[in-house]
Amino acid sequence: MRHAFASILLSAALIALAGAMAAFEVEEHGRFPGTPADGPELRLIGTAELRVFAPLIEDFQRRHPEITVDYTTASSAEIFRALMEEQARFDLAISSAMDLQLKIANDGFARSYTSRETTRLPSWARWRDQVFAFTSEPAVVVISPERFEGLELPRSRHQLVSLLRDHPERFRGAVGTYDVRESGLGYLFATQEARSSDAFWRLAEVLGRLDVQLYCCSGQMIDDVASGRLAMAYNVLGSYADQYVDPRSELEIVTLEDYRNVMLRTVLIPATAQDPARAGLFVDHLLRSGNAANFEGPRILPPLRDPAMRDTSDFGPIRLGPALLVYLDELNRTAFLDAWSNSVEQP
Amino acid sequence: MTESVRTRGSISRRLTLQLAAIAALLALLSWGMIRGFSQQAAEQTQDNILAASVTAIAEELRSEAGQIRLEIPYAAFSMLGAINEERVFYRIVSDGETLTGYDDLPVVQDGEISAGVTFETLTYRGDSVRMAMVGRTLFASERAVPVLVAVAQTRNAVDAISARISRAAALVSVAFFVLAAGLSFWAARVSLRPLTAMAQTVARRGPSDLSPFETTAPHEIAPLLAALNRFMDRLSASLSRSEDFIAEAAHRVRTPLATVRTQAEIALHAVTRDENKEIMRRVIRAVDESSRSAGQLLDHAMVSFRTDNLTRNDVDLVDLVTEVVNGLRPTAEMKDIRILTELSPLRVQGDAILLQNALRNVLDNAIKYSPADSRVTITLRQAGAGAEIRICDQGRGVNGADTATLTERFRRGENVGNVVGSGLGLTIAHEVARAHGGRLDLAPARKGTGTCVTLSLPFS
Repeated sequence: MRHAFASILLSAALIALAGAMAAFEVEEHGRFPGTPADGPELRLIGTAELRVFAPLIEDFQRRHPEITVDYTTASSAEIFRALMEEQARFDLAISSAMDLQLKIANDGFARSYTSRETTRLPSWARWRDQVFAFTSEPAVVVISPERFEGLELPRSRHQLVSLLRDHPERFRGAVGTYDVRESGLGYLFATQEARSSDAFWRLAEVLGRLDVQLYCCSGQMIDDVASGRLAMAYNVLGSYADQYVDPRSELEIVTLEDYRNVMLRTVLIPATAQDPARAGLFVDHLLRSGNAANFEGPRILPPLRDPAMRDTSDFGPIRLGPALLVYLDELNRTAFLDAWSNSVEQP
Repeated sequence: MTESVRTRGSISRRLTLQLAAIAALLALLSWGMIRGFSQQAAEQTQDNILAASVTAIAEELRSEAGQIRLEIPYAAFSMLGAINEERVFYRIVSDGETLTGYDDLPVVQDGEISAGVTFETLTYRGDSVRMAMVGRTLFASERAVPVLVAVAQTRNAVDAISARISRAAALVSVAFFVLAAGLSFWAARVSLRPLTAMAQTVARRGPSDLSPFETTAPHEIAPLLAALNRFMDRLSASLSRSEDFIAEAAHRVRTPLATVRTQAEIALHAVTRDENKEIMRRVIRAVDESSRSAGQLLDHAMVSFRTDNLTRNDVDLVDLVTEVVNGLRPTAEMKDIRILTELSPLRVQGDAILLQNALRNVLDNAIKYSPADSRVTITLRQAGAGAEIRICDQGRGVNGADTATLTERFRRGENVGNVVGSGLGLTIAHEVARAHGGRLDLAPARKGTGTCVTLSLPFS
C-alpha cells in the first residue's frame, strides 16, 4: 500500500509522456510494482478514477504480489478508440460504457474467458464469455439540501419537471448533467432513459430553458454541488456520489422511483492482451469483488448485486446485448444528439 | 446323433444379425434425419429472427428533404439478443453507398436486391455468419433510390444447438439400436421355437418308433414335417421288408438243411460199410457247416439291424451267461469240454438278444477251437464303470493276430486248420460290443496255451 502510493505518479510530465506515446487521450496513469519489480506486468485501462480503482488493484496484489499492475484512466470513448483503432496493447479494459464495451466484443476485439467465477455470473451480467459485469451502479440525482431549502425532494421525473418549471429563478444555471456528446456514460444513460421514459425529452426541454450546465464527468458535477455552485446534478453515478456523501453528509442523494437507470461496469480482455492468463486472474478478482456475499476487501465500487437480491434482473440494469449497438449507429447517434442539443441548448 | 451332422451357420444367428443390421441402418438413418431436422430448425429460427430484424429496420426507412433517413429501431437488435449471444453485423446500402453499418460486410449489388427477404451464409471477419437482406425502394429527390438492409449474425449458437441435438440423437439412436438388437435376438429365438420343439420331439422318439408325427406345425415347417412323415413311412416299409426277408431267408435255408441232416443221419445208420459211414459223417459235417454259416449270416444281418436300432433294457448278465452256457453245454460235452463259470451279479443296459448272440458266438468259437478234454472258463466281473465277460480256452491261440484283424468280416485266423467256421463269430461279438459302447479284446491266455476273449460293456 505504502510503496504503491509512493509510486503513483500523477505528475503532468508523466501524463504528457503517456499522451505522447499513445494517440488516445490519457487522463491519469498509475503503476503498482509487484515484488519483485521485474515480474510479470498487467496493463489495465479503465474509466474509473485511479483513486477509486487503486484499492482493488492493491487487494489484487495481496493475492498476487508478483504481478506489477499498470493502470491508465481514460474516457470510455478513448478506451474504445485505443482498442479498436490503434490496437493499443492492454490486458484488460474496464469501462462504464456498456455499449462501447459490447461493440468491442461484437466486432471481435475481445477474447473469450471462462472460469468458475465467470460461470457463476447470472446471464444478464455477461455476454459471450467476453464482457463481464462486476458492479451495478444506478444513476442518481445529487441535491444540495441548502439550495433546496423549503422544497420537497422530487420522487419521480414528473415531479422533478414540475419542480424545475415552478422555480426557474432558483434553478437557472444551477442544474448540472452530462454532456452526452462528450461522455460515453452520459450518452448511455440518456439513450436508455429516452427509450424507457416519456419524461426524458420534457426534462431535457426544461433543463435547456434553465441553462443547464454540462459536464464530462460525475466527479466534477458532485464537486460543484458540494461547493454550492450547483443546486442539483442530474444522472450522476451513484457510486461516486456515495463516496462524497458519506463524510460530509451535506449532499442528498435521490433515486427517482419511476425509472431506475442502472449501469453495469464491465471488464473485457482485449484481443491485443499480452498476458490473457493473468488478465483472467484479474477478471476473477473483479468478479469476486462484485459478488457482495464473498468479498471481504475494501469496497469502493458497489457490488453487482446485494446478497439479498435474487439472480434476476428485476432491478433493471441496462441489458448487455446487441441492442446496445443501436444507439452507437452513426445515424441514430446523430439524430439523438441533434434532438438533444436542440432541447438543451436553447438560445 | 447331432455330432455326426455337419452344421453350417445358424438360422437364429443369421436372423438376429439381419434384424440387428436393419435396426442399425434405421438408427443411423433416424440419427441423420434428426440431425438434419435440428440443423434446419435451428437455422430456421435464426433466419426468422434475422428476417424480423431486417424488416423492422427496412420499415423505418424514410426519405426526408431528398435524403434517406433511418433510425434503427431498438427492437431490431434487442430481438437478436433475446434468443442468443451471437455477434451482430449490419449494413444499410443506399444507391450503392453505405448509409450506415459495417461497410466491409459483403452484400449483393444493387441490381439484385429483392423486396423479399433473402438469406446467405458467408464468412465475415473469420466467422461463419448468416445474413438476411431485404430491399426497399424510396423516392428521394424525385427519383427511385434502392436501399438494401442487411443484418448478419454469427452462427456459433446454431452449430452448438445442432451439435447438442446431434449428440442427444446419437445417444437415442444407440439406445434404439441396442433395444432393437435385443428384440431381434428374442424374435429370432421365438420364431425358431417350433423348429426346436420339433427337433426335440424327433429326438425323444424311441428307436423303433416310426409312427407319423401328429403334432401341429407352423405353415413354414409343415412341409418339413410332411416330408419327415413320408420318409419314416418309407423307412418303416423298408425295414419290415428286410425283417421279412431275414425271416424268409432263415426259413428257406435252415429247413431244407435240417431235412438233409436228418436224412443223412438215417443214412449213416443205414449204411454198414465203414467207408460209407465216413462219407456220411463228412456229409453231415458239411451240412452242419452250412447250417452254422447260414445261422451266423442271419445272426449277423439281425445284429446289424438291431445295432442300428439299439433298444436298451435292463439285462441281468448272470442269467444271460447261464442261459448261453446251458445252450452250448451239449456241444461242449460232445468234446468232453468242461465249462467253468465264475459270475458276479451284474446288470447292464442293453439289448439282451444281441448280447446273448455275441456271447454265444464267442463261447461257440472257444468250444470250437478247444481240444477235447479241456476247460473253458467264463468270468463275469466288474471292471471300472462296466461289466467284463472273459472267456478263456485252452486252444491253439490266435498266434499273435490282433483283435482288429480277427474281427473283420469273414476273416479267420491263419491256424484254423480243419475247424469249420464262417469268420463271422467275432465280427458279430465286436459289433454288439461297439453298439453298446463297449469293446472286444483278444489276448493269449496268461498261462499255457489258449486265448482269452474279453467283452467289456459299460453299465449304461
